[in-house]
Amino acid sequence: MIFYLLRRIVYTIPIMLGVAFFCFLLVHISPGDPLVAILPPDASAELQRQLMTLYGFDRSWPEQFFTWLWRALQGDLGTSIASGRPVAEEVFKAVGNTLMLACLATLIGFVLGSLFGFVAGYFSNSWVDRAASALSVLGVSVPHYWLGMVMVIIFSSWLAWLPATGAGPGGSDAWAWDWEHIQFMILPAITMSVIPMGIIARTVRALVADILAQEFVVGLKAKGMTDTGIFLHVVKNAAPTALAVMGLQLGYLLGGSILIETVFSWPGTGFLLNSAIFQRDLPLLQGTILVLAMFFVLLNLLVDVVQTTIDPRIQRS
Amino acid sequence: MSTAITAPAAVAANTPYERSAGFWTGVLRKLARDPVAIGAAIVLLLLVAMALFAPLLTPHDPYQASMLKRLKPIGFENYLLGTDELGRDMLSRLMVGARLSLFMGITPVLIAFVIGSGIGILAGYAGGLVNTLIMRTIDVLYAFPSVLLAIALSGALGAGIGNALLSLTIVFIPPIARVAESVTTQVRSRDYVEAARASGAEAFTIVRVHVLGNVLGPIFVYSTSLIAVSMILASGLSFLGLGVKPPEPEWGLMLNTLRTAIYTQPWVAALPGLMIFITSISFNLLSDSLRSAMDVKN
Repeated sequence: MIFYLLRRIVYTIPIMLGVAFFCFLLVHISPGDPLVAILPPDASAELQRQLMTLYGFDRSWPEQFFTWLWRALQGDLGTSIASGRPVAEEVFKAVGNTLMLACLATLIGFVLGSLFGFVAGYFSNSWVDRAASALSVLGVSVPHYWLGMVMVIIFSSWLAWLPATGAGPGGSDAWAWDWEHIQFMILPAITMSVIPMGIIARTVRALVADILAQEFVVGLKAKGMTDTGIFLHVVKNAAPTALAVMGLQLGYLLGGSILIETVFSWPGTGFLLNSAIFQRDLPLLQGTILVLAMFFVLLNLLVDVVQTTIDPRIQRS
Repeated sequence: MSTAITAPAAVAANTPYERSAGFWTGVLRKLARDPVAIGAAIVLLLLVAMALFAPLLTPHDPYQASMLKRLKPIGFENYLLGTDELGRDMLSRLMVGARLSLFMGITPVLIAFVIGSGIGILAGYAGGLVNTLIMRTIDVLYAFPSVLLAIALSGALGAGIGNALLSLTIVFIPPIARVAESVTTQVRSRDYVEAARASGAEAFTIVRVHVLGNVLGPIFVYSTSLIAVSMILASGLSFLGLGVKPPEPEWGLMLNTLRTAIYTQPWVAALPGLMIFITSISFNLLSDSLRSAMDVKN
């Protein structure tokens, strides 16, 4: 197993290089010159050349890639064209906010999804099962940016229970774990949790129905084990897969939060990407995508490693 | 994770069905007995019909703005579904919007089905170095969450219908190619392929006669499950201002421009999203039914 884990880790390196190369290419597939965005219309040729050298656009492709990669490895993701601040600084601040939201959403999705999945799997083919299945189809089919708007209409506009947008008084810099601020997280987190909830409910339902149909469950029943005891056996058997799905869903939420963050004006990576796109701030776009994609690759690795370690049934060599 | 995705396809590939009309007739017969499938199919047919005949059906000009009739409620005068932020008729815009929305949701999956199947079958049939080269490249694209990949590409390429379609196509090629590769690898080791090779058939003939018929079904079913995601993503890109440009009616873009109206006319503002929801859930349900109808085990 140690050998498998090592190979899995080594295998991640070319993937990461590929991901980095893709992010590097993003700047080059975009039409127009990113320099134009920062140059004043009456810029002299001298100023233009200076900026070219500063951003490194005058060197050859491979040279640019390896310089860029080397800098990125040292935590230097370049300078934002729009704000003039280091990209890494802006991205890491935003990643924290997105991570906070995505973790809460995954937690809600996991708890509710497991609950629905368990009930549906235990009473498979009953009305409870059909209701839970319908709910999970709804969860994966709903355009979540629209669901966010509907949540705002219901809970902010009509009932006035929760605030609609932003991250609380003082913006993201003044974040604190008190009700003043936490209430701003609730609507976006619930909206975001709908997709993992649907997917986890589906997975857990299939797992539970599958486990209950196995012979060892009949054996346990015949042995006179209580329902609670059997329930614990089912949980133990279903947990590794369910946790793995949860881990992957967290990754999808991190990368896919842009639409929900836009609806709720949440100051995370989605907000950053949005402004990067509209100001044609390519270093910022590139840096944000790179960090999010690397997060996803590492999370995949982590899920695989943890699952192999905790699940004795997985024999990987 | 890959096993979770390829499992249904693998089941379908293993079943030794004839490439005669019998199998597909059976699938259709099963679908016809499935009330969910019929319901979803009817909704989708109505939506497509609405899109096709939109110019004949619209009660008002979808581009005609009116400063006096901005953001009117549902049922205002002869505006059945109210008016938008520029006073344009919502019903007409939703009808005409179906054209671009459906087109932008379905086209990327169709193109990705053709390209992804081609790449996957080539990798699966060729095996060896070709397989490694193709599949490792696919793995890199697969390392991105789909929403992030779509936004990265169309963000870099810039707004516009063509760029959005291109980005979404690139998003859907890797998953389809993966399924195609795994199904083809299984079919390749079947005895009938071995027999064809032994009898001197060329690689192209084997693929055309023995492989295609057995792998296209599972790949197609998998691809249909992506249409719902594609609808949500395509409208999402327009929602972010990366797809269709105003004043063209498209559901995602309409949802975006009406976002400021959720306090004044919440029902009207929510309508375009409801259309996306209805479409994507219908595609999801139909795809689920199709998969279980093709699963001979049941």
